[in-house]
Amino acid sequence: MSNALTPVLTKRWLSPDAWQLDTYERLDGYTALRKALAAEPDELIQLVKDSGLRGRGGAGFPTGLKWSFIPQGDGKPHYLVVNADEGEPGTCKDVPLMMADPHSLIEGIIIASYAIRANFAAIYIRGEVVHAIRRVQHAVREAYAAGYLGKDILGSGFDLDIVVHAGAGAYICGEETALLDSLEGYRGQPRLKPPFPATHGLYSSPTVVNNVETIASVPYIVLGGADWWKSMGTEKSPGPKLYSISGRVNNPGQYECSLGTTLRQLLDLAGGMTDGHELKFWTPGGSSTPMLTADHLDIPLDFEGAAAAGSMLGTTAVMVFSHQDDPVYAAYRFTEFYAHESCGKCTPCREGNYWMVRTLRRILSGAGTPADLTTLLDTCDNIFGRSFCALGDGATSSIVSSVKYFKQDYLDYIEGRTPPVFSPEAHELVGAH
Amino acid sequence: MALTDQTRTQAREIIARYPVPRSALLPMLHLVQAEEGYVSPAGIAFCAEELELTKAQVAAVATFYTMYKRRPVGDYLVSVCTNTMCGVLGGNRTFEALSERLGVGHDQTTEDGRITLEHAECLAACDYAPVLTVNYEFFDQMDPDAALDVVKQLQDGGRPQPSRGARLSTFREIEMLLAGFPEANADVLADGPAGAPTLAGARLAEDRGVSVPGFDPSTPINPAKASAPAGPLKAGSTEPEAGTRTLTPPPAVDVPKKEA
Repeated sequence: MSNALTPVLTKRWLSPDAWQLDTYERLDGYTALRKALAAEPDELIQLVKDSGLRGRGGAGFPTGLKWSFIPQGDGKPHYLVVNADEGEPGTCKDVPLMMADPHSLIEGIIIASYAIRANFAAIYIRGEVVHAIRRVQHAVREAYAAGYLGKDILGSGFDLDIVVHAGAGAYICGEETALLDSLEGYRGQPRLKPPFPATHGLYSSPTVVNNVETIASVPYIVLGGADWWKSMGTEKSPGPKLYSISGRVNNPGQYECSLGTTLRQLLDLAGGMTDGHELKFWTPGGSSTPMLTADHLDIPLDFEGAAAAGSMLGTTAVMVFSHQDDPVYAAYRFTEFYAHESCGKCTPCREGNYWMVRTLRRILSGAGTPADLTTLLDTCDNIFGRSFCALGDGATSSIVSSVKYFKQDYLDYIEGRTPPVFSPEAHELVGAH
Repeated sequence: MALTDQTRTQAREIIARYPVPRSALLPMLHLVQAEEGYVSPAGIAFCAEELELTKAQVAAVATFYTMYKRRPVGDYLVSVCTNTMCGVLGGNRTFEALSERLGVGHDQTTEDGRITLEHAECLAACDYAPVLTVNYEFFDQMDPDAALDVVKQLQDGGRPQPSRGARLSTFREIEMLLAGFPEANADVLADGPAGAPTLAGARLAEDRGVSVPGFDPSTPINPAKASAPAGPLKAGSTEPEAGTRTLTPPPAVDVPKKEA
């Protein structure tokens, strides 16, 4: 099944010094930039449209289309903001990319900024990954020194400044409008849409917000062309994708494969399940994507395939859990995460997650009742689609899917067949403020 | 340490990076932590003054973000990931073991003021689970014993080497990096080779001789123009450097109008 592997973005990672400019240049670095600067910006937007590249941050929005929404000739400054606030549980692809090959991100930023006519770009990196920040800061300095950034880049007349902006520990800032608020120096809370960032983004100006992997894909599309890019992946989800496999497998890690690769293929690449572990549940793309089971080994993991199976592709963060793991505890811990990370702006998410944590804790303390399951699902109904942003929707995924597939595991706690995870004292705190 | 004239100069350097001054607030709060070890009342006043905000506006931002600490942090901030994957694979036990060893709970600092313990939400390293960080540098695949060993070294005055990150700095030094000021010692950049999980797929592809066929870096950006007779390079464009593959220069013709 080796044909699933498509080493494109990861190819340079095998060179230990690829984070340095001279190595990057030796490995064809910045050739895409030279080629792009010789083209017209609109030709680049069309190229990315033709490639079918879709956003790698989870939502899968067509990248070229997003770029084309930026009004041109409007007299306003335009901005490119790179979302490097990787923090969705399970997701771990952008940080290794920024450590191993930060210049590919910088090169992609310059090309994308040239295409949308932006002269200022920001890389918003979560603060907890200092080595990635260090490498990206360094890459930006090197790029300035080499004339790839600053004024009149490579004699093209195009100017670009990049600032590397460290976040401060807030998952919600991965939501693009919360990220923009945070980048403007406010609490990271999502904005009402519309208007969308394409017209009212950073400082109320036209802004493209793209994920790290999306932007790092751009130089390869510029070099290899749209048809080559579409030779990988599926018709509606073309290209290679970084699948991040974690959990009960022999060789967890980053596997860059054609979009549409199945879990069965990924498990094979990752050396199979760990000895003594049988697949029980997994997420196709992080904690916000509904859990799937061993019945879903062969669904194609592209945007359409994951959705058809009742889940989402998300960030292709494939978390693999076995029969030794507890879907009820997993749902509880994910929910605790969302309760912690809820920004508090809207009531369904803020209050709903607070109460779902407590309900799940009561179940895990052996004091749950069958009505708790109804309460959980009812609460999910009142969060999903009623929250301000997708964080609320994502928070319901693990609960709804685990109750759907593993109701018996819940009932085993409720009916006393499974020993409680938490002491009886824990549930006495339920409802306490 | 305290907020000095130099801090003020640095704050103004940060402000100058952005089109709008208020964008400097997050890095400035990191700068405050670099000097004060936490977001002190003096630090809040400092940011408010520099950015012409009220102290309430600054405090509202500072209290929103987990990395801004409201009490002084020790030299070393030990963050144990107890999110689902790390927790299930041993992170929960590790946190308990460290809590017992250090005699502190979440977001608490040892009596000697040197080590602060916290449980962290997902640190984006699930392929290395279970992980912990010390001053945000990664220690990968940590079981409780390995984690206890790391903490013992810290207690004994040592600086254990992270698995993938750079050699350890103090919390305040790292906060200076987060404020956007590079470390004096550039050698730290080379620290921390990529681990096996990062390279797993790339290595497998190499071992199996897999590559993506059909990659031609001279593929024209605009195929519609490719068949047109080649014209001169447009003014300002750059010739490929000697030694790189020849790229097809686009002919100088009118740009097609944007569709939408």
